[in-house]
Formats: sequence, structure tokens, C-alpha cells
Amino acid sequence: MTEPAIAIAGLRKHYGDLHAVDGLDLEIPRGEVFALLGPNGAGKSTTVEILEGFRKRTAGDVRVLGVDPHHATKQWRDRVGIMLQGTSERGSLTAREALGYAASLYPSPRGVDEMLEAVGLTEKAGSKPATLSGGQRRRLDVALALIGRPEMVFLDEPTTGFDPEARRQFWTLIESVRGDGTTILLTTHYLDEADHLADRIGIIAAGRMVALDTPAGLRARAADARVTWVEDGTSRTEETPTPTALLRDLLARTSGEIEGLEVVHPSLEDVYLRLIGDAASAAAHPTGTATEEASA
Amino acid sequence: MTATTASSAPTWMSMTRGRFVVEVKEFTRTREQMVFIFFFPIMLLVLFGSVFGGQEIADGVSFAQYFLPGMIASGILNTGFQSLAISIAIDRDSDALKRVHATPLPATAFFAAKVAQVLAVSVVQIAALVAIGVAFYDAQLPSGSGWWTFAWVFLLGTAASTTLGIAMSSLLRNAKAASAILTPLVLFLQFTSGVFLVYTQIPTFLQHVAAVFPLKWLAQGMRSVFLPESFEAAEASGSWQHPATAIVLAAWMVLGLIVAVRTFRWTRHDDN
Repeated sequence: MTEPAIAIAGLRKHYGDLHAVDGLDLEIPRGEVFALLGPNGAGKSTTVEILEGFRKRTAGDVRVLGVDPHHATKQWRDRVGIMLQGTSERGSLTAREALGYAASLYPSPRGVDEMLEAVGLTEKAGSKPATLSGGQRRRLDVALALIGRPEMVFLDEPTTGFDPEARRQFWTLIESVRGDGTTILLTTHYLDEADHLADRIGIIAAGRMVALDTPAGLRARAADARVTWVEDGTSRTEETPTPTALLRDLLARTSGEIEGLEVVHPSLEDVYLRLIGDAASAAAHPTGTATEEASA
Repeated sequence: MTATTASSAPTWMSMTRGRFVVEVKEFTRTREQMVFIFFFPIMLLVLFGSVFGGQEIADGVSFAQYFLPGMIASGILNTGFQSLAISIAIDRDSDALKRVHATPLPATAFFAAKVAQVLAVSVVQIAALVAIGVAFYDAQLPSGSGWWTFAWVFLLGTAASTTLGIAMSSLLRNAKAASAILTPLVLFLQFTSGVFLVYTQIPTFLQHVAAVFPLKWLAQGMRSVFLPESFEAAEASGSWQHPATAIVLAAWMVLGLIVAVRTFRWTRHDDN
């Protein structure tokens, strides 16, 4: 079991001139919760769909649980749970029927009632997708991804459209699954979600990994505070790890009120935005950041 | 999250059976499928039977009697070809196929379940058509060898319709195109293949066009089952043409199979 859950080396996916994934390397050990973060069109979903065995790659080496997903077998699918991006209100099966059927496909599934309970759909067990809310359908999708007791779970933008309470519930659910030693790869737009759930966060922009760190490590990059004020009629900004010292200095040379004084500690979000902003301006291919992900 | 439902490892048979149940539920719980695929031929039989039923088109054969085998043939085409092509195209567009592909269900089990669902729906539909035909329109049940003919025409016709339906689902770019293209196509075949109109009464060149496609042969095969032997002479060729029927239906089945296998995809066309 020393083999990593996911091993990616030099992954590329080109659509003509568009390099949706442009040389990606990543290793995810077993049992890790990994969050892939990035703007629309960054290559998140393309990468995940290659890992899920739905898309062909242009180049690179990919192993998921030791298997090339392009040659996915039934035995491999037994061990992998997938929650696709987006949800559908089509479908004639009730939540309970859909889970019961899905459970019947796996060698050692979780219990249907237990899953319904875990995603908070016990009351809605007899409902079809059309009568569930978007958030409820998404929770059913999570349950379907987990019912087979997978070793590896892909969650592609799992909480898009959730209200804050539903997201908290989802987080609790993921934490309980993590307790079972399941490896989880999730993509998300929400920084707080990645911060809360992930052991490590990968930030992807224009098909490249621009940062790969623990949430604490990423936050550490935000150590500098930004101090702005107006002096002699002009606005000034300074970034400093020691804003208090700067303020003392300012107070010493100013009498009365300091005009427009503001001290801002950048959030994780600021780090994130700066990283993807840098990547966007550095992108060699001008079309690379503007194009929607192909699956959108 | 620890308790496991006690169950043995799934087998190909158990997964196919499970999927078959899902497919039947999806069909019977979808109003469009039930109305336009399942009940439509039955409604048409009652309608045409009531309006034109009494007219004799040959010695001892009324239009209602002629219409029954046509509706059986068209039901097979609807349930296999039209319904599958449209429903698979919709399932591909809505990522439902992708979801199926994400599970350990083998592709062969998926298709076996689809075929089984088509067979099940067709059998019930045909039973209803025959029951109505016998009860109200003087249709006669086939004799011993007639059942044998019925069996092979039914199975070959369903096989051809099913493989062509799966093949067509991949050729259509999206689900919206599916019903827009297929509905007039099937309607054209129904008018020219001896379903809505008596085959010998349509212009010869249209007969030749229809003879390329399976519905004409399926309808003629079903006429050989449900019409008296004396009607054979009234067929366009003066014969039931059983060998030709078997060859044409088998050829379409093989063509459908080849195209289906080569073009089938779980994901959308813009998704690769």
C-alpha cells in the first residue's frame, strides 16, 4: 500500500492550440484529501476526467490506484467512486431505488439506509430527482459515489449550489469518509472548503500547477499585511510583515488623523487570487485562460 | 459508515438483472415512452380498426385484420429503434450514460439489459395488440407453425431494431435532433411499408424504396403469421418471401451491430 493513490507525470491535454492541461505533475498518497482549486477553464475538470477514465490525454503518465484509467477495468471501477460535475433532474428512480441498485453493483457496499442517513436524505428516500432540490440531488450524487465503499473518490465541484448549512453537512460527511482511510480528490471554487477539508491544496491555472501546499503553508504566504494611507495628498501602499512597526513610524511623523488609514491582512483568498492572476498574465498562450473547460 | 449489507459479490447475471429492472422502471415511468411508444400502436389499432375496419381488402380479409400485423411490426420498430435511439441520445446528453460508465456495470450487461427491456415491452405490447385484434376485429391466432414464424420474425425484427436504435443514437449529434429526425423517418416507413396503407396500393417506386428498409419485411412477416394462407397470393410478390425476410432483417441487424459497436460512446460528442 505504499504505492500512491494517484501518480501523474507530465500530463498534457491539448485541444488543437488550446493546452487545457499543460504539463502537470502530482502525487497523492493514500488516505489524503486533496483539493484541486482553480478558476473556470484552468484545467481542473479536464484533469479529473482524465483520472476518472472519461477522457483521453495527449501526453503524460497517469496511474490511479496503480492502474492507467484509460484502460479502466471493472475491478478498477469497483474501487473508485465518482461524482460528476453537475446534476440532472432526469431519472425515474427514487433515491432509495437508485442507491439500492448502485449498491448491488459493488462487492462490499455500504448500507442504503446508512448512506441516506449520512447525506440527510432519509426523509426524501421515496423521492425522484425531479422533486428533489438541487442541493438534495447533489447529496444523492455524493451518496452514489460513496455507496460502493471506494478506496478512491472523485468529487467534481460537489457543493456548487449548496446553502451554507448544506455545505457544513457535506463537510461532516467527507470527514467521516476520510476516517475510513478513503483517498479523496475534490475540485472546488470555494477556498474555505478546500481550507476546511483538504490535507493539501493544489492551485491550478492555465493548465499548470501554480501552488501545491498545505492550507497552513498557503496561509503562511499571506503573512504580509497591506497598509494604505494618504500622505501629502498622495495615496501610499506598503506591504510589510511588521505593520505595527510601520504604524509607529507613521504616528511619529504625523500629527492628528492619518488620512485613509487601512491595515489589511490578506486572506487565503488574496493569496489564491494573486497566484492565479500571476499565472494568467504569464500564460504563454493568450487563449489558455479564456476558454471554458470543455465539459462545462 | 461501517456496517455492510450482507451480499455476495455481484455477477454478470445479477448486474444484468438489476439493470433490467432499472430499465423497465425508467421506461414505464416515463410518460413520453408509455404514450408514444407503448400505447400509440394500440391506440392506432383501435382508431383505424373502428374507422376502416369493415372494408375488405381481399377475399375474407378486412382492413382491421391487415392492420394488426402492421401495428405489431411498427410496435417492434417503435420500441426497439425509435425509443432506444431517442432515450440513449437523451441519456448521453444528460450525462446519464457517463454515470452508468462510472460504475462497475459491464458494457455487455448494460446492453443485454436494454435488449431485455425492449423484448419485455414488445411482448406485452404485442400481446395487447393481438388480444384487441382477436376480441374486436376478427383477427385469428396463428396455428402451430405460425407461432414458429412469429418467433423468428419477432426476434430478428427486434434484434435489427435494437442494434439500429443504438447505432442511430450515436449518429445523432444530440437528443433534440433525435426525435426531430426519427419521427418523420418512422412515419415515412409506416406509410410506405404496408402499415397505414395496403402495401400493394402504394406506387411501385415507393414499394421499392420501402423494400430496402426492415419495416416492410417485418410487416410482411407478421402478415404471414396473422392473415389466412389465401392472402399470400395478394402480396406484391405473390409470396410471403420468408427467406428474403430473414436475410434482409439479419443484414440490417448486422449493419446496426457494426455501426453501434464502432460509434457508441458514453460521453457527449463535444466531450473528449
